[in-house]
Formats: sequence, structure tokens, C-alpha cells
Amino acid sequence: MADRPSPAGAPPRSPLLGGTRPDVSGGMGIYLTAAAVAGLMLAAVLFFALIFSRGAAAFWPKPLEEWTLDDGTVLLVQPVEEYDTGDVRARTGNREFMPGREDHVRIPASRIVSRRVPEDAVWIERREYGPFHGYLDEVAADGYHVRLPDGAPEVLAADQVLRVEPINRFGAFGRLGLWFRNVFRFLSEEPRESNTDGGVFPALIGTSLLVLLMSILVMPFGVLAAVYLNEYAKDTWFVRLVRISVNNLAGVPSIVFGVFGLGFFVYGLGDFVDHSLLGLPSNETRFGTGGLLWASLTMALLTVPVVVVATEEGLRAVPRERREGALALGATRWEALRHVILPGAKPGILTGLILAVARAAGEVAPLMLTGVVGLAPELPVDGEFPFLHLEKKVMHLGFHIYTVGFQSPNVEAVEPLVYATAALLLLLILVLNLTAIRMRARVRRRLEGR
Amino acid sequence: MTPTAVMSEPTSHLGRIAVDSANRRAPVEVADEAEPIVRVRNLDFWYGDTQALFGVDLDVPKGQVTALIGPSGCGKSTFLRCLDRMNDTIDGVRISGTVELDGQDVYDPRVDVVELRRRVGMVFQRPNPFPMSIYDNVAFGPRLRKELGRKELDDLVEKCLRSAALWDETRDRLDQSALGLSGGQQQRLCIARALANQPEVLLLDEPCSALDPNATAKIEDLIFELRGRYTIVMVTHNMQQAARVSDVTAFFLKGRLVEADRTEVVFTRPSKEETENYITGRFG
Repeated sequence: MADRPSPAGAPPRSPLLGGTRPDVSGGMGIYLTAAAVAGLMLAAVLFFALIFSRGAAAFWPKPLEEWTLDDGTVLLVQPVEEYDTGDVRARTGNREFMPGREDHVRIPASRIVSRRVPEDAVWIERREYGPFHGYLDEVAADGYHVRLPDGAPEVLAADQVLRVEPINRFGAFGRLGLWFRNVFRFLSEEPRESNTDGGVFPALIGTSLLVLLMSILVMPFGVLAAVYLNEYAKDTWFVRLVRISVNNLAGVPSIVFGVFGLGFFVYGLGDFVDHSLLGLPSNETRFGTGGLLWASLTMALLTVPVVVVATEEGLRAVPRERREGALALGATRWEALRHVILPGAKPGILTGLILAVARAAGEVAPLMLTGVVGLAPELPVDGEFPFLHLEKKVMHLGFHIYTVGFQSPNVEAVEPLVYATAALLLLLILVLNLTAIRMRARVRRRLEGR
Repeated sequence: MTPTAVMSEPTSHLGRIAVDSANRRAPVEVADEAEPIVRVRNLDFWYGDTQALFGVDLDVPKGQVTALIGPSGCGKSTFLRCLDRMNDTIDGVRISGTVELDGQDVYDPRVDVVELRRRVGMVFQRPNPFPMSIYDNVAFGPRLRKELGRKELDDLVEKCLRSAALWDETRDRLDQSALGLSGGQQQRLCIARALANQPEVLLLDEPCSALDPNATAKIEDLIFELRGRYTIVMVTHNMQQAARVSDVTAFFLKGRLVEADRTEVVFTRPSKEETENYITGRFG
């Protein structure tokens, strides 16, 4: 450029003025990396928005609409979805009274002759057959006298009726109240109707217990192993081999851990406990089948690598001067470890706990093989000695999503439940993580003397 | 133990402050009063295959301040760490020769290292308070022994903090984190912490190198205060500091002890050319 003849009169251009490159001030790099972050944020927002909005919507009471069809059928429905094809899908309830025992209909919108929202329609939650949509006349000794949407009288047995909600009479606040009641029942009730209805209380308890027990099992184990590797072991080929193995363990597919747990804990250890320790007859099993203990142990095994790695990080972060300071004051190696090094490594140890909990709470595959089942309304904790029954099978939110979503007889009824359960599982992991992160922040503050 | 190499050669400058009572005459005057509490003979030291100390002989007089000077990497810190066996914590080190504390070889396999380190306290280059309260820092050593009651421990902590000239600044915040103290305060706290073990010898490994001049002056005052009650061996890079606070100065060069004598002698009439060159700033 400098050689180019300059226009008449203009001074020659300095070679320094080479024009603007696209990358002056690092522009390209910024755009590229920022785009990646933006994409990431978008994905995260979409993900959480979808799960939580669908999950929350599952409990939102939709008004009951009365549809009169071209063939004279009268339905009382909660609309679910409209399709591009012109079809509409709606929940009709009243499963035992519907043709084909379906409580959803999908029909072309053109077949609907008239729509209205009757003030006096009620939504009744029942023990069986899902919800009832209709009109309530009176509550008598022999049960609830109701009318079907088309006016035909019926009597619902009193012990079948859980609650009656006059949905169409509710204002915004009434609906919000109902939303909270629905959420509370979801959290506190047992599942009914092969998991297509009711709540997830046993799964919530099962998941929490599994994570808790896993943490109790994995932390001492992982921390002690890390202390040995970092503080005592010399750097030999054997120790390096152990480290590599531990790291590789973290990459093993979790279902493989499940297979190991089944073969070693359930069939191996379990049989041994049953027949050699407890002396049960050979046709009886207590620990020789999947249960809370074996599932927790399998998860502990699954998460031990992250605990070891994080704890080793934490131990390495304790400055050498501090270790020597303790030794120079006449502490034995063990005392230095206990009073100075381990307290200093606490943030790392808690990071290990956070990662372990996050991984364990979201894991499903190995649990299916080692003690989690689709339906186990009986909790592993009760008032009976020894209060915590380690051999019992438990439910789990992650597995619940799978059984409800894909193993249930009423796919349409459970779709909102799947989202709700997923949202709950996410929320649980979030709460567990936040608790651990707060704990770590507190420990860090103390270590830094703030 | 073979101190003969030193004693048979009375002209050796290494022998000037040596033990032999027959040799305790001029030109060393003041050192005569002091019994040596630490006696090092023919000390060789290796990090792996690298030899860091070559046949060091040194007597540390009781109740006095001995300064170890010399250029970086000359082995003075290594030497200091031999005295309380802190080098044991490093992999692949080897040592030969003897280090005696009150006549007992500290490298005797029967020696309890924990007990040794209580009697020989150490303060490091960078202040290294533990992330706990000021009180707990000082009480760390005594608590390990579990000999003191609550009241005695309180008294000891106060005494040590007073000795380290830190009591007035910390009396109202003993339960606060030691990491909230300034660098100089932290270093004095480390000295107080070492004093709480009631050691006989106090090793200071460049205690002022991480501190500003003000804090350095305070530490120097403190060393002067502690002199007499404790035997102090300090490594320092700062020759003015050695001249100001020490009674005896030992000059190390390339892993060898070149010269050790009364401080005023070393700084005014050094007998070796290397010493002269170093203290006049011609190298190092």
C-alpha cells in the first residue's frame, strides 16, 4: 500500500495506517467465544423454562368447558392441545363412563357445535379412574349424587372421592390456591392408579435418602483414599496406576456400575448377609435382592472418583508453609493432617460432595438394577425398629419419570406428571447443590479469615 | 562424633567460636561466656544427588543470636532446617555428620522428632498462621500436648503474645481469625506461636524477607528482646540486619561455612577474602 502513488496533493500514507483488520482489539475472538456463551445461555434458559413452565402448568387448574358435538354428545373437558390438522385434544375425565375407557378425546374442531363454560361444573379427584367432570347435586349417606355432563345421574361412593373443586367458580386467587393445593398433594401423596395419578412422596423420600446415604458412604471413603494418595503415597508406578484407575472409573457408563452392584452387592454380599450372617432359610431373601443399601453403595462407588479428585485438589491447595508450620510446632503427621491440612482442604472436600450429590441425584440406570422400583409406596423409614430399613426397595424421581412416562397405561394423562416430576427432580438437585455451595462458601470465608 | 578436624587446627577460622575451652581466648572475647547449645560437626547434606552442605562445623552459643548470611542457594536455610530435622519431610534427602542439642545427637534414631521440634522452634520466611483464631494459633503447640488447663493456657497465650510484642494489638480480638492480621503481625504471631512451646532454640528462616521496613524493625526489636532468654539462629539476606541484631555471624558460600565469628569481627576484620568480598558488596 505504501508504494501506491498517492493522490495529487495528499501527503504519502504511512505504512502504519494499514487499514482496519477485522481482528484489531481482538474482535474476532470476542465474537466467537461470546457466541458460544450466548448459545450456552440460550440452551440453559430454554431447558429450565421448558421443564419448569410445563411442570408448573401441570398443576394449573384449567376451566371445564362443555362441548356439544355434531352427533349430540355432550362432554365436559379441559382442553389440552390444538393441532395444525384442525384437531383438538382435551381431557374428558370420567374414564369408566367413556367409550373405550379413554379419558382423553382427539376430534376435529369442526365437530364441536357449541362451547360454553358452565358455572356449576365440578372437578372431583377420585381414588380410582382419574378425575370426574360433571355436576354435584348432593352429598348423601350412600355417596356423592352427581350428574354426568349429559345429565345422566350417577352415585360416586364416598370413600372414592378425595376432593371436590368447583373449578369454574374460582377467580384468579381461587385458582392460585388450587394450584398450591395441587402442588402440595403432588408432593405429599402416594401415587395411585399405577402411577398415573396421585403424588410422588415416596419417590421424593427415596431420592433424598439415596443421596444422603450415598454421601455418608462416599465421603469418608473418598477423603481417606485421597489423603493416602496425596499425603502418604510416594510417586511410584503403582500409585500412578491407582490414580489412572480412579479417573477412569469416572468415565465408566453408569449402567456398568449397576451391573457390578447387582452382581457384587446384591447377589454376592446380599446372599452372604442373608444366609451366612442372618441364617435365613435358602428360599428367603432379605438383603439378597435390590434395596436401599445396595443402591446407595453402588452410587457411592460411582461417585468416589469425583470425591477423590476434588479432595486431592483441596489437599494440594494447602500451602507447604502451613504444613511445615504444624510439623515445626511438634505436631505429628497425623496431628498436622487433622488440625491443619484437612481443615484447609475443606473447600475441596465440599466441592467433591457437591459434584457427587449432583451426579448421584441425577443417576437412574444403575439404580434400576440395584434397588429402585417403579412402585414402592412403603417407605424405607417408619416407626418400627430399626426405623431405617436398608433392605427395602425404594422409589426414585428419575426412575419415576421413566415408569410414568413410558410404562404407564394412560400416556396422555401422565404427560403433565412427567414434566412435573422432572421439574421436581431438577429443583431437588438445585437445592442440594445450593446447600453444599453455601456450606463451602462459609468454610472458605472462615479459612480466609473474613 | 569427630570434632578433631576443627580443634586440631587452631588457626582455622571455623574454630574461632568453637567449643574447645583451651582455645577460647582472644580474638573471641564475648563468646567465652556462652556455652554452645547446638554443636554441628562435619555436616554433609544431599538433595538426591546434589550435595548442598559440605562438612559444616558450627557451634551455636546459648542465649545469643547467631546470624547465617550468604548469597542465595548457599545452603544457609538447608543448614537451619537440619537443626530441627525439618528436612526429614522432604523426599530423597541424605545427611551425614552430627547435630547435637545439649550433647544429644538429634539424628540418633531413638530421638523423638516431635519432642525435638518442641525444643527447637522454627519461624518461616513467609508468615504462616493457621486459618484459625489468634488464640488458637498460639495455643496450637501446647494443646497438642494436652497438659495445660484452661486458665494456664490463657496465661501462656498472654505471656507469649506479650513476649512477641503483640499483646496490646490483639488482646481484644483473640477470637478473631489470625489471617486478619497484617503481615508483620502475622509473623510476630508465628513467633509467639513458636514461643508457646517454650523452646530452647528458636530458628528464624529469613523472618523479615516478606515484610515492609516498619514491620522488619519491629521483628528486629523483638529478636533483641528475646535474646538471652532464647537461643536464636536466624537466616538473613540482609547484612545490616545481621550486623544489628546478632552476636555471632556465620558466612556460608556454596554449601560451605566460610567463616563464623563474633559479628563485629566478621563485619570489621573478616579473616577470609570471600567474606570480605561479600560483606563489602562485591558479590552476592
